[in-house]
Amino acid sequence: MPAAPTSGSRLRLIALLAPPLLWLTLAYLGSLAILLLSAFWATDSFTSDVVHTWNTDNFHELLTTPVYRTIALRTLSIAVAVTVIDALLALPMAFCMARVAGRRWRRPLLVAVLTPLWAGYLVKAYAWRVMLGEDGVVGAALAPFGLHGPGYGTTAVVIVLAYLWLPYMILPVYAALERLPERMLEASADLGAGAWRTLRSVVLPAVRPAVFAGSVFTFSLSLGDYLTVQIVGGKTQLLGNVIASQVTLDLPMAAALSAVPVVLIVCYLAAVRRAGALDSL
Amino acid sequence: MAETETRTRTGTTTTRTAVRLEAVTKDFGTVRAVDAVDLTVREGEFFSLLGPSGSGKTTLLRLVAGFEQPTAGRIELAGDDVTATPPNRRDAHTVFQDYALFPQMSVEQNVAYALTVRGVRKAERLARAREALTTVRLDGFAARRPAELSGGQRQRVALARALVDRPAVLLLDEPLGALDLALRQEMQTELKELQRTTGITFLLVTHDQDEALTMSDRIAVVRDGRIEQTGPPVEVYERPATAFVAGFVGTTNLLRGEAAVRVVGRPGTYSIRPERILLTEPAEPPAEAVSSADGRRTVTGRVTDIVHAGAHTRFTIALPHGDRLTVLRQNLTGLPQSARPDGQIGLSWDEKDAFPVPS
Repeated sequence: MPAAPTSGSRLRLIALLAPPLLWLTLAYLGSLAILLLSAFWATDSFTSDVVHTWNTDNFHELLTTPVYRTIALRTLSIAVAVTVIDALLALPMAFCMARVAGRRWRRPLLVAVLTPLWAGYLVKAYAWRVMLGEDGVVGAALAPFGLHGPGYGTTAVVIVLAYLWLPYMILPVYAALERLPERMLEASADLGAGAWRTLRSVVLPAVRPAVFAGSVFTFSLSLGDYLTVQIVGGKTQLLGNVIASQVTLDLPMAAALSAVPVVLIVCYLAAVRRAGALDSL
Repeated sequence: MAETETRTRTGTTTTRTAVRLEAVTKDFGTVRAVDAVDLTVREGEFFSLLGPSGSGKTTLLRLVAGFEQPTAGRIELAGDDVTATPPNRRDAHTVFQDYALFPQMSVEQNVAYALTVRGVRKAERLARAREALTTVRLDGFAARRPAELSGGQRQRVALARALVDRPAVLLLDEPLGALDLALRQEMQTELKELQRTTGITFLLVTHDQDEALTMSDRIAVVRDGRIEQTGPPVEVYERPATAFVAGFVGTTNLLRGEAAVRVVGRPGTYSIRPERILLTEPAEPPAEAVSSADGRRTVTGRVTDIVHAGAHTRFTIALPHGDRLTVLRQNLTGLPQSARPDGQIGLSWDEKDAFPVPS
């Protein structure tokens, strides 16, 4: 047990924590509060100026306009799809890295997974735009099978987002698999379990919290994204685009729209917290 | 598994073998962990592999379990060649040193795992898991998680998990290593009892000679990937085949070369167990070692150290020419007058108790 802090050490602690705490409250939570506050303001329809009159019209419009509901649902579906795809891709990849590959190969593989994170976001998104385009490699690769590439649209958005956020899923899953003691796998085999049974009964329960932890990233990053959809989304509209286009026209409406992903993410965090995912972050 | 039902129970003397290793060698890179080992464990036997850490005894166990593949040689379980059989198809279960319980499963699910894997119906599975938990005296713990148990309780869960479907062989890797002394001694008795009542062949790995001597029907002393001696505890203790065995199993006075000639009276390497040496009143004047007509050997020495260890006392005696002997004495009766630090004291032992060991 650490000793109770003396008044001197408590002062030092306060001095040490004050600047970051101030930054957190003012810059971070403060801006979020102002954002939510401005959602209750209005816009003069002639001048597009913000009018500081308290009302809930924006939220009313948000909830009653079908197009907003459609876009919100589409955004949510894409975020869920990206998360599921990343989980399905990350599990075998992380398993190979942590359990199949020799110790010598682990670090290079880890670097290979991390390297794309260092490349610019736009570079990667535009690279996919080229690949998914009319004469792109994706179409060319599928052509011999009589298939067509997905072109620009919702599918393309899902593919590119899944690609962009995959490392955020691989890393926690890899860490969980590496922590899993070899003894557990041996004990399972020793008691008669084949590879599949061991995977289902021993490995998956051990990595479940890590998958949830990774999904926090893939899910929230997908919800907030609006550049990828502009680059490869064709006519697809997501919450991010709507917010971006409203910012200059109707700031309070944009603020009200921004509340949607915030609420969704808070709900999601509450859900995964129950699964113990946040303990491993 | 049909063959588990027809297995002979305790009491029936049987010479069938449960485990057989033939010229088994295991290399890890350039290191030879197991070197051409031949080993036979009889059915229903409590067999211990005793050796210092790094002697290759755990590797031997892992080879039998199937976690390691031998570089050369042949492994048999109940007469069947299992050299290339994966662990999940061998009729042997392991109790791991760190227990390796599945943390996300309840005690009951852990214990029932072997049955779950084989697709045993739920009702039967649970009944047999409870039964196994009763055997290790853990009734009422079925719903707990491993993290909520003490070390001793986890140990019992690991035992129940490995015994639940009555494997032909139970492999125990330093199972009592993590327990405190009192619990360890209690578990020694219990393990032996469990082995007797179930009739399952136990193959135990330990570095603790007490453990091996107390529980085993037979012991194999392992050193540097080879077996130095195999035999019942009494034989290994009383008639060690090598100087290493004499020193590792129990404490002993090893006398070599010049010292052997001076103390034992013959050239070679000799072992005298410290409890076989009697303390007597010293001869006057102090004498070097001599043999007497009744087949005893006596010598006078100086007490340099006395350690009182509860039931017995350990004396260190310096002989003329600087040889030292350790003497263990049960604290039954009063000591000779001179049994005090720096006192002159007589030592006497039966000449047969100084037995030669190949060095």
